[in-house]
Amino acid sequence: MNDRISRLFGVITVLFVILAGFTAWWTVVRAEELRGEQANKRPLFEAQKVKRGTIRTSDGTVIAVSNPVGRGESRRFVRDYPLGGLFGHPIGYSFAEQGNSEFERYHNETLTGEDSEVDSLIDQLTGATPVGKSITTALDADAQQTAFDLLAGQGGSVVAIEPDTGKVRVAASLPTYDPNLVPESLPELNGDSSAPLLDRATQGQYPPGSTFKVVTAAAALDSGAIDSTTLIDSPSTLTIQGQPLSNFGGASFGQIDVQTALTNSANTFFATLGETVGSDTMFEYMDRFGFNAKPRIDLPRDELSVSGVFEGGSLVDSSDGVDVARIAIGQERLLVTPLQMAEVAAAVANDGVLIEPRIWTTVRDADGRVTARMEPERQSEVMSAATAGELTEAMTDVVSEGTGTAAALSGIDVAGKTGTAEVPGRAECEGLPNQAWFIGFAPADDPEIAVAATVECTTGTGGSVAAPIAAGVMQALTD
Amino acid sequence: MIRAAARNRELVALLPVAVLVTIGFAAVFAQSEDRLSDLSLSYGLYFLAICLLAHIFIRVRLPDADPFLFPLMALLTAIGLIMIYRLDSELARDLARDQANWFVVGLAFFAAVITFLRDYSALERYKYTIALVGIALLLAPRLPLIGEQVNGAWLGVRIGPIGFQPAELAKIAIIVFLAGYLWETRELLIVKARRILGLTLPPLKYLGPLLLVWGVSMFMLVFIRDLGSSLMFFAAFLALLYVATGRLSFVVVGVAMFFLGAWFFYNTVGHVTDRVDIWLDPWSDPGGAGYQVLQSMFAQADGGLFGAGFAQSLFVIPGTNDALVPAAHTDLIYTMIVSETGLAGGIAVISIYLLFAARGFKTAILAEDGFSKLLATGLTAVFAFQAFVIIGGVTRVIPLTGVTLPLVSYGGSSIVANFILLALLLLVSDRARRRAREVAP
Repeated sequence: MNDRISRLFGVITVLFVILAGFTAWWTVVRAEELRGEQANKRPLFEAQKVKRGTIRTSDGTVIAVSNPVGRGESRRFVRDYPLGGLFGHPIGYSFAEQGNSEFERYHNETLTGEDSEVDSLIDQLTGATPVGKSITTALDADAQQTAFDLLAGQGGSVVAIEPDTGKVRVAASLPTYDPNLVPESLPELNGDSSAPLLDRATQGQYPPGSTFKVVTAAAALDSGAIDSTTLIDSPSTLTIQGQPLSNFGGASFGQIDVQTALTNSANTFFATLGETVGSDTMFEYMDRFGFNAKPRIDLPRDELSVSGVFEGGSLVDSSDGVDVARIAIGQERLLVTPLQMAEVAAAVANDGVLIEPRIWTTVRDADGRVTARMEPERQSEVMSAATAGELTEAMTDVVSEGTGTAAALSGIDVAGKTGTAEVPGRAECEGLPNQAWFIGFAPADDPEIAVAATVECTTGTGGSVAAPIAAGVMQALTD
Repeated sequence: MIRAAARNRELVALLPVAVLVTIGFAAVFAQSEDRLSDLSLSYGLYFLAICLLAHIFIRVRLPDADPFLFPLMALLTAIGLIMIYRLDSELARDLARDQANWFVVGLAFFAAVITFLRDYSALERYKYTIALVGIALLLAPRLPLIGEQVNGAWLGVRIGPIGFQPAELAKIAIIVFLAGYLWETRELLIVKARRILGLTLPPLKYLGPLLLVWGVSMFMLVFIRDLGSSLMFFAAFLALLYVATGRLSFVVVGVAMFFLGAWFFYNTVGHVTDRVDIWLDPWSDPGGAGYQVLQSMFAQADGGLFGAGFAQSLFVIPGTNDALVPAAHTDLIYTMIVSETGLAGGIAVISIYLLFAARGFKTAILAEDGFSKLLATGLTAVFAFQAFVIIGGVTRVIPLTGVTLPLVSYGGSSIVANFILLALLLLVSDRARRRAREVAP
């Protein structure tokens, strides 16, 4: 009987070795995958133990701060957004259960202090509680508030960028949401038909209307297809691809140059110009401006939309037989984000050089020492300084005597371009068909700020609705 | 001389327990000073004092008994106590105090069994009575008025303020019966066995009681809904059948019958289906049925090789009183140990059970008569299988069920039953080693 007892012990030993093996499987072999599981909230709760860094505006006003709740082992930090909905976009939110979004998500490793390997290892060995780093942004609370006030409850967006540094000073999107309410009401916010969680500045895709003529003019002048004195006939109506294409109000301009055409937003001029330039050159310049790719801004790539020509939901290029005449005037399923249009204005303002947009400016550790400083990154040389100068002159005329007079500021020359895209049948607009635009920069001779403003679902035009908003924001940022 | 040596070894073996308890309680206290009263620190001392008393009792009453069985059990109890004490600090409860009190009650039963059961062969004579008591205990939770459902299984009995889980005691009664019955009929089971279809089967007449045990297991599976106990009972039964008869074919038939029954009920009884389906794919319902086993895996993943650190692992959703790891003090206590002390801690716990099994089977090998051998084998096997069933459940080797991790999980019935089990093992051991000593010198 004794040898059978020994054998039974052998069986039990094997069973226990299996237990040890499975324990090793979960704790070591599969640990990494388990930690990454959607259903696993432990890493999020662990993250709450870390005091996340503070996010501030350019003047030091606190946008997001982590406050301790509870004591001892159950002490955790909860995000508070003292400015409420003002920076719901583009800062986003960070909560254990709901996760991170937008700026909070892009800079998560910095904000949690995980970006520095050496520190983390020392922290682990000494058992020190890790502390996140703080980030100062280029955002301006007053100007952002001005944008909100001027949008006055309408859906829309304003983006303002410093042309020579790429610093994002305003990135307003309405309707917005209060990130403090996310823990309680994320499902409701997600289900809200007015889409408050959609950052219109970076993800809203709208037809650009005539603001796109700046891109067309840049392509035409810079590629040498025309010069500033070239005259093109601009009748009231042309037939393009079998469909009539008319000027606003049926106006006929005769033989005009590009500056006059831009000032009066002559559709037939730019449609002809587009065909002169050709789709290959057109797309080449769109690429230089940043179209057809995700913007190079410090926000998560999957929370950014591409601007370009879309066919059935996907991006098309010049080889796909597009109607370049209609692209040239901002039609033909051209969809753009306000951020992209602000980059167009910024590139013109910065002598034709596009700087990558950045929200952050400096990172400080827990002791207040600066550990990183944003250096402007040149994205592309879109056009020559001469072309940019010619465009600036034309865009200054737009504001001084053309469609954009509502964007004028006293004592400062403003350069700009209006746009009004008619989008009939948008369900959310309830019969208000227009998408109104204004892009521009100021002062025209030495630009400090470039801006794009757009209003959804309006009966107004770019000149009447969007231009005053852009003017207000530029005023706030050039004071 | 030799007797004193054995008891001295027991005393020395209690030293690690004392060290563990001291360090463990001090660590928890240091981590959560603000939420634990100074008084709570004394539970550890209280526990050690009781251990010493038990040691003196064994020294007087069972001087020849195995010197390691009690210290190993005390070690498991200490690990459980520290873990529960650590959970207390966040739950703001006094489970550790209750557990320490149950330890005292368990040792009182331990002393009573040793004192009143001088000659444990009496158990052999009353095996049928004991079997009836065991079955009655298993049925009790289904009785009206006193029966109680625990997590969907009919496990509990509540009389007034005192609740307990009779399956824990029933396991001892069933083992005593099986040891007695198999010892008595073993010859007949072997000699009169016939070969049918290439398998050697015992005669029908003697198969009856064995079929009864199978029936009891299936009954537990379906009506008590206690999948874990069912598995543990049946495994212990097959182990005893094999040791008693030496016929592997009986075991093969038994295993086949169990799986046939389990397969049948898997297809026909909802709660069995659910348990098995969750085991196979917990991701099908991560927020509901699969929640517990997934959380168990996630918590273990946080443990890594050496653990998140003592009192560092999350088991309550921060800022709330909701459990992140459900039943951390009972079903999932092994998960918590692994989460905080890592793979190393998990293997340490498994090793203690294995050492206990080694000493238990050693006792069986030393025992002179067949009944003693089978009794010691059965008690050891059921203890080890119980540990396997719950650790296997939380590590997804088998479906997760609600049996306790013997002596470590919070729970009075478990402690009391396991100390009765220890008392019986020590009685067998004392007799066997005394005889060996008297024969040998």
